[in-house]
Amino acid sequence: MKKSVKWRFLLIGLALLLTITALLPNMPFYKDLPPAIKKLSPEKGIILGLDLQGGLYLVFEVEGQKAVAQTTKRISQGIQKLIDNKNLHADVKFDGKNITVSPASPELRKAIENGYPNLSVTDSGTSIVYSLSEKESKSIRDNACEQALETIRNRIDQFGVAEPVIQRQGESEIVVQLPGVKEPKRAIELIGKTAQLEFKLVDDDSPLAAELPAHIKSFEEDETMAKFKDKIAGDNEILFERITNKETGEVTKKPILLKKDSLMTGDYISEARVQIDTRFNSPYVSLNFNSDGAKLFEEITGKYVKKRLAIILDGNVYSAPVIQEKISGGNAQISGSYSMEEAKDLAIVLRAGALPAPVNMLQNITVGPSLGSDSIAAGKLTAIAAFIMVAGFMAIYYKLSGLIADLALVLNIMFLLGAMAALNATLTMPGIAGIVLAIGMAVDTNVLMFERMRDELKAGKTPRASVDSGYDKAFLTIVDSHVTTLITAAVLYQFGTGPIKGFAVTLSIGIAINLFTSLIGTKAVFDFINAEREVQKLSI
Amino acid sequence: MIEIIKKTNIDFMGKRFIAFAVSGAFSILGILAIIAVVRGTANLGIDFAGGTAVQVKFDQPVTLHDVRKALDAGGLVGADLQEFPAVKKVLVVIKKTSPATHDTNAASTTAGVSDKVIESLTKGLRDKKLTVDSVSEIGPKVGSRLRTDAMWAIIASVVGILIYVGWRFQFSFSIGATFATFHDVLAVLGIFYVLGYEINLILLTALLTIAGYSLTDTVVVFDRIRENLRAMIKEPVTKVINRSINEVLSRTLVTSLTVFIASLALYFFGGEVLHDFALAMALGVIIGTYSSVFVASPVVLLWVGDKQLVKK
Repeated sequence: MKKSVKWRFLLIGLALLLTITALLPNMPFYKDLPPAIKKLSPEKGIILGLDLQGGLYLVFEVEGQKAVAQTTKRISQGIQKLIDNKNLHADVKFDGKNITVSPASPELRKAIENGYPNLSVTDSGTSIVYSLSEKESKSIRDNACEQALETIRNRIDQFGVAEPVIQRQGESEIVVQLPGVKEPKRAIELIGKTAQLEFKLVDDDSPLAAELPAHIKSFEEDETMAKFKDKIAGDNEILFERITNKETGEVTKKPILLKKDSLMTGDYISEARVQIDTRFNSPYVSLNFNSDGAKLFEEITGKYVKKRLAIILDGNVYSAPVIQEKISGGNAQISGSYSMEEAKDLAIVLRAGALPAPVNMLQNITVGPSLGSDSIAAGKLTAIAAFIMVAGFMAIYYKLSGLIADLALVLNIMFLLGAMAALNATLTMPGIAGIVLAIGMAVDTNVLMFERMRDELKAGKTPRASVDSGYDKAFLTIVDSHVTTLITAAVLYQFGTGPIKGFAVTLSIGIAINLFTSLIGTKAVFDFINAEREVQKLSI
Repeated sequence: MIEIIKKTNIDFMGKRFIAFAVSGAFSILGILAIIAVVRGTANLGIDFAGGTAVQVKFDQPVTLHDVRKALDAGGLVGADLQEFPAVKKVLVVIKKTSPATHDTNAASTTAGVSDKVIESLTKGLRDKKLTVDSVSEIGPKVGSRLRTDAMWAIIASVVGILIYVGWRFQFSFSIGATFATFHDVLAVLGIFYVLGYEINLILLTALLTIAGYSLTDTVVVFDRIRENLRAMIKEPVTKVINRSINEVLSRTLVTSLTVFIASLALYFFGGEVLHDFALAMALGVIIGTYSSVFVASPVVLLWVGDKQLVKK
């Protein structure tokens, strides 16, 4: 045997060994293997995509602009205080984005700009319009996204999902992948809740409070709001409490008139857990405040004894109990009409903290576990069917040489799977399509060579010379065609999202591997055949 | 030796004007499809248009009529339904533009529509048990971004092709390859548009794959032309091109056949997810094979006129 042939077989053997090691985690007997062998192989092997194993793929957008608005609002309140402290007469208006101060004396202007260096002046005349500088608001949006990511990760950890993927995408988006989740709806609600907890005083003294209807149907909410919109005083607002009838399960809403300013927020919570009220056998959430929160809560409850304090989460009233006495010790309860699971999720979001800004769900792909396994079966069947048909064709059309090509094809598929396992790549349905296409390319490579060899044989060359010059002449063409496809695959990877990316990954790995197997693998076999003695006739 | 075709000597270049007419028609069809996509009048999938798709599986056979009645009762008038009777599955698609979503106030998201679909079906078809196979909700923002991404992907691949082919061969070949590649993508897109098939992300994947495949085909022909140009330095370019195409014809046919076989396997066994992908691929292989013979090289010829093509 020629030395170079020996080396090439050794190389192929080595690649095969690496492939098998890499694929070990995907084998059913993996867990019985001794740890020494486990250490050699990659941690997870090929990971199945959500479309194959079932689960949730969610994209949320963090409304960072709202966090910017909140900060700007706080600044506008600060400016108001500054004006009051200096006894200057000026009006401060905040429209959600800009702060307008009028009239503005140079003295006031200097004071504001000293106190808030991050403001930029967008319009000055008799009144000055301030807004946050672009740099500052970008950093607030950025922070909001980072914080939201952290909070969502926290919530999912507590919800308990094995191997979740939570990533930031672009400037303001968060991608959440939850494989194998059985209650998608609950998970989505848990993640999407802003969880802004507020305590507000119920304004029972206002004559308007008596006018409010006791119970309305859910869909009458907008109507009720429209009816009272003009009657509400500036410092009041109406929010709704959701009430579920325990017997009928019917949901009604109860409008409640509140003081707009919140007395306290959820920032002070140190612990939240579910407990059971033994009298009604209903769950409630028990809250613990940190020391600052305990002090504040004691102050509030002391000041408003015999009044009702509403507990509000994301704009919905959970309960509005009457304060019986000053509450010290930093403990509060949120009871309300909710199920055990709702109570658990409520405790999770309160523990994990509020999102710095509301999030919007942009995309939700949920795949049920049964569809996932159907898809795996379909994918396997496809791959096997494609392989048998193509391999059969090659063996018939090119005879023994066709069989050699088929051998290369088997190696190709194995190497491809091995490489994916080594890279911990995710196999998706489009990914399987990519593999099928890579098989097509691998066949093309062999066809190119074999057609050249046939040409050479027809021209009267010996089998060995035909093989050599066939390979030589086909080489450049193969490289050219592979590189062009690789360029397309790279572009797909760069600009594609989700499924396209999966397709591009398998295709490009497949092409790279194909170059190896076709140019080194099959050539080694042919050289081996031709090495010992001059073959009289090439079966092609 | 089994051979699909014996040594041929077909005058491909002589037929180039017929080919230009055929290809022109296909390309116009494709351009019309692109205009329709941009204007939003094409049958866009929810991944491009935004909307909701819910696939449910029933434990007993259902009729589409009953499903529609249940959805109508739930206020989801005008949903698109697609049935897979063999597996007792129904796909409910509600696009962002359909009247069914007009009453919801979700301006930037489609969140909640899928819940409504599941609720209506559970209520309306009480005697049948349903399992939710999959839910996809895609906001219009994501849809339009995916469309932009797709556009950039196409532009980037064209630039990539131009540069690589221009470097490996010469500029006129770049033009030929780009034309042929575009021609194939346009033709398949046009056919899908005319037949009313959905234009979605899966089709886009298929189109880009076709582009890659067609390019491979073209490059193989070009390689042979380049080789023959050096050997037949005295011959007219038309003759060199003709001979090159004839020489690689059996390879072209064999490869196309195998890729076609693989596409057929995808079509028949790949399940509903890959059905359209496989169809597009099968069409693309046929058109790609045609274009590598009748479009790519004639365009090169047209571009250079009768000047010499040998690279210095």
